[in-house]
Amino acid sequence: MNAAGKALAEFVAEGTEILESLGKELLVLDQQRGVEPEPDIINGIFRAAHSLKGLAALFGQERIAKLAHQSEDLLDRLRLGRISLDDQVLDLLIESLDVLQALLGEAAREESSDALNERVKVLGERLANLGSASSAADEDPLDRLELDPQVRSVFTEYEEHRLRENVRRGVALFRIRAAFDLSDFDTGLTDLNVRLKPLGEVVSTLPSSEPGGLSGIAFDLIFGSRVSEAELAAKLQGTPAQLFALAVRPSSASPAPAEPTPEMPAAPLALAPPSAEAPAAKKTTRRKSRAPKTGAGTPTPAEAAAPADPPLVKATSLRAIEPVLPAQPASDTSSLPAVRTLTEEPVTPRGPKAESESARSLTQTVRVDISRLDALMNTVGELLLIKANLQRMAESARVDAGVTLSKMWGQDLSRETRQLERKLDALQEGLLEARMVPVGQVFDRLARLVRRIAREVGKEIDFIIGGGDVELDKLIVEELSDPLMHIIRNAIDHGAESPEARLAAGKPRRARVSLQAEQKGNHVLIKVSDDGAGIDEVGVRELALRKGLITEAQAREMSRRELLNLIFLPGFSTARSVSELSGRGVGLDVVKNNIGNLSGIIDVWSERGMGTAFHITLPVTLAIIRALVVGVSGRTYAVPLNSVLEILSVKPAEIRTVERREVLDLRGTTLPLMRLARVFNHPERPTDRYFVVVAGLAQERLGIAVDELQGQQDIVVKSLGGRLQGVRGISGAADLANRRTVLVLDVGALLEEGMSSERRRA
Amino acid sequence: MTSKILIVEDSKASRELISATVESIPGLEAIATSSGLEALKLLPQHTFALIITDINMPDINGLELIRFVKTHPSLRDTPLFIVSTEGREKDRDRGLALGAAEYLVKPFSPQSLEGLVRRYLKLE
Repeated sequence: MNAAGKALAEFVAEGTEILESLGKELLVLDQQRGVEPEPDIINGIFRAAHSLKGLAALFGQERIAKLAHQSEDLLDRLRLGRISLDDQVLDLLIESLDVLQALLGEAAREESSDALNERVKVLGERLANLGSASSAADEDPLDRLELDPQVRSVFTEYEEHRLRENVRRGVALFRIRAAFDLSDFDTGLTDLNVRLKPLGEVVSTLPSSEPGGLSGIAFDLIFGSRVSEAELAAKLQGTPAQLFALAVRPSSASPAPAEPTPEMPAAPLALAPPSAEAPAAKKTTRRKSRAPKTGAGTPTPAEAAAPADPPLVKATSLRAIEPVLPAQPASDTSSLPAVRTLTEEPVTPRGPKAESESARSLTQTVRVDISRLDALMNTVGELLLIKANLQRMAESARVDAGVTLSKMWGQDLSRETRQLERKLDALQEGLLEARMVPVGQVFDRLARLVRRIAREVGKEIDFIIGGGDVELDKLIVEELSDPLMHIIRNAIDHGAESPEARLAAGKPRRARVSLQAEQKGNHVLIKVSDDGAGIDEVGVRELALRKGLITEAQAREMSRRELLNLIFLPGFSTARSVSELSGRGVGLDVVKNNIGNLSGIIDVWSERGMGTAFHITLPVTLAIIRALVVGVSGRTYAVPLNSVLEILSVKPAEIRTVERREVLDLRGTTLPLMRLARVFNHPERPTDRYFVVVAGLAQERLGIAVDELQGQQDIVVKSLGGRLQGVRGISGAADLANRRTVLVLDVGALLEEGMSSERRRA
Repeated sequence: MTSKILIVEDSKASRELISATVESIPGLEAIATSSGLEALKLLPQHTFALIITDINMPDINGLELIRFVKTHPSLRDTPLFIVSTEGREKDRDRGLALGAAEYLVKPFSPQSLEGLVRRYLKLE
C-alpha cells in the first residue's frame, strides 16, 4: 500500500471507530427519549463529532469535516443548553450519523456521488436552522456562585454551562479536594470518580500543583449533587477526599417556589487559596490512603467527621432530594437494553437507499488489545529459541559424522519437538483470538437502521439487543450484518403488526423485536425473534404448491417445520399473505446462502399469533479449524471437527431404508444417512463396513458414510474461486501437512441436502 | 543531546501528525499521550522543553493542564502551545491568559508548527 493509501486506511479506521462510539451514545439518547438526557452523554456525542471534524480536516476530507462541524455546532448548542433535546433534534442527529457513515463509505472507495453531496447540503441547512434558543436568563446564575476567579478561569465554556445549570436548578455544589501520591493518583482519582458518579455530576477536575513537591498531586473536583452533605461525607469515607460546600448567593430575581432560596451562611466559604489548606490535605491524604492497605480498619469517628470540620455551609436547599442518576428507559419489558423506536413523525424522503443501507463497517483493519499481541510476540520468541535448539542439535550431528543417533539424542530431539508443538498450538490460539471481535459491533449499527425502518413502515417497536459481548471471527461478524439486516427488516416490516392490530389481538401496543447472541461451545447462536403475527404455514404450503416448488404428495408428507422451511427456497414469496411491499421469505434464499458461506445454518420457528424466530448457528471462526480427514473412493476430504458429534462403525446390513431414505438406528432415534461417494458421484467401492461421521449443527443431525478415517489435522480453509465456488457441499480447500490439497466439506449444506434430497427424488 | 517535547492530544491521527512534525526537527524527541491525567504522570518523569496540548479532552481539559504547569514551581517556565479545533475566542483568550505561548487552530500545517517550535526552542 502506498503512503496515500495508508493514510486513507488510517483515516477510515479512526473515522469508523468514532462513528461507532457516536452511534452507541446516540442509541442511549434514543432509549431515553422523554427523560432529561445525561449531560455526560450529550458531551460524549459532542466530543465524537468534534474529533471527527478534526480528523477529517487533517486528512483533507472536506465533506465529512463540514458535516461533522455542522453536527458539532448543533451539539454544542445542545450541551450548552441553548437548545433543548426534542425528537426533531434527535432524529436529525441520527440522520447525520447515517450520512456521515455514507460519506465515510464513499471516502473509503474514493468516490463522491452527487446524490450524497445533495443530501449533505440539505442536511447541513437543516442542522443550522434547527432548535429554538432557550429563553435568555436575566442574570448569569454562575455569578451567584462564590468561586475563586482563578479557578473559574480554567473552566471551558461547557464546564461553565454545567455549573450554571446546577446553580439554576438549586443543586448543591461542592469542592472536593483530594491529594494523592504521584505514583498512584490515577487509580485514586478513578476510585473517587466511581464513588461520586452515582451521587451527582463531576463538573470539573482541576489538578493543583499543591501540595507540591515531587511525590504528591492534589485535585479539586467541582461536584454538583442533590444528596445531603452528611450522606456525601459518609460516601467519601476511606478516600483521601475533603468536602467543602460552595456558597451560592440568592438570586436577585424572586425565587421560584421549586427552587428555594439557599440558606446564607454568616461567613460564606469560598474556595480558599490552595496553599492555605494544602498541608492539612496532604496530611489527611496520607493517613487515609494507607488505611485500606494496612487493614487499619474504619476511620475513627474523628476522621469520619473530618470532612465536615471546616465551616461547611448548606449551599442550597436539599429538600428536593432527587439523586442525579442515569435515567432508565421507560420500557418495562426487559432488563436488556431496548431501543425504543417511535414513529409519530411522517416518513422523511430519503436519497437512494443503497448508500447507507448496509450495516457493514468500512474498515478492513482489526484493532486488537495490545496485550493479546504482546502474548503472541512472547510465544514467537520462545518458538525461535526452540527452533535454535533444534538447529544446534541437527548441526552437531551433521558436523560430527561419527555420532550415531543415540537414544539420548533421540529423546532430546523429541522433547524439543513436543515443546515446539505446544508453542505452535499457543501461537495458533493467540492468532485466532486476535481475530475475534464482539458481535455487539454489528448489533449497534443494526439498531440504528432498525429505528429508521420502523419509522418508514409506521410501526412501534422495542428493539432488544443481548449478548453483544459474544465474540466471533471479525470476518464472520462483517459478513453477518447484511443477512441479519434482512431478517430484522422482515421482522419489522411483516412480523410485527400495527399498534391497532396488536391492541385488537390483546397484545401490548409496541411490538418486540429481539436480537440475541449466545455462545454454545464451538458455535455461536444468533436469534432474531419477534412477537408478531407469526408465519401462516397453510399460506406457505399453498404458495409453494402454486409455484410448483413442491408436489401435492410432498406437501402431504411434510411436517409443519418442513413447511416453514420452504420460505428459504429460491423464488418463494408470501407477498399475498402479508403486504404489497415484500413478503416474509423474499430473498431469504440469499440470506440462507450467505449464512451457508459462513459454514452456518439458519432455522426458523414460528407460532401463529405468537411470533417468529430465526436461529442462526455459526462457527466461532473460519480461519484455522481442526478437521477430521476422511477417505472415500480413494479421494480425501476434510470435515470440520466442530460439527462432528461422534463416529460410528456400521455394517451395510445395519442401514435401513425408510420411505426411500437411508437411515440408521442410533440409540433409539433414526439418523438420516448420506453416502459421501454418492453425493460427489464417485464410484462406490464394496465394503464390509462404513465409518459414519455423525455431523450436527443446531438441531439437525446427519450420518455421513465414508470408507476410511485418516486422522485429525489443523487446516486453514481457503475459498474456491471460479466455477468450483458454487459446488454445493464444499466450503473450500485446504493444504494438508503432506502437501496434499483436499476439499473441505460444508457440513451445513450437506445437512440441508440430507434432509431434502431424498424427498426431491420422490 | 535531545530535547523532549510533551504532546497531549486525544485524537490519534493528530497526535501522530504533531509527533512526526516535532521529530522531523533534529534533536527533538516527542513523548505523546492521549490524556491529561497521563500527562500529569509524565511531567515529573522528564524535563520537557515544550508542551503541546489540546483543550477539549475527556479527563482534565487543556486549560486545567496549563494552569497546573504554570503554577508548578519547577514547571512554570516550560513553554506551552495549544492546538485545538476550538475556534472560540473565549477558549483562546483563556489559554493565553493562563500562560500558553501560542494557540494553533486545527487543521494547521506541519510547517507552521515546525516554525513555531524552532522559534521557541531557538533552533533557527
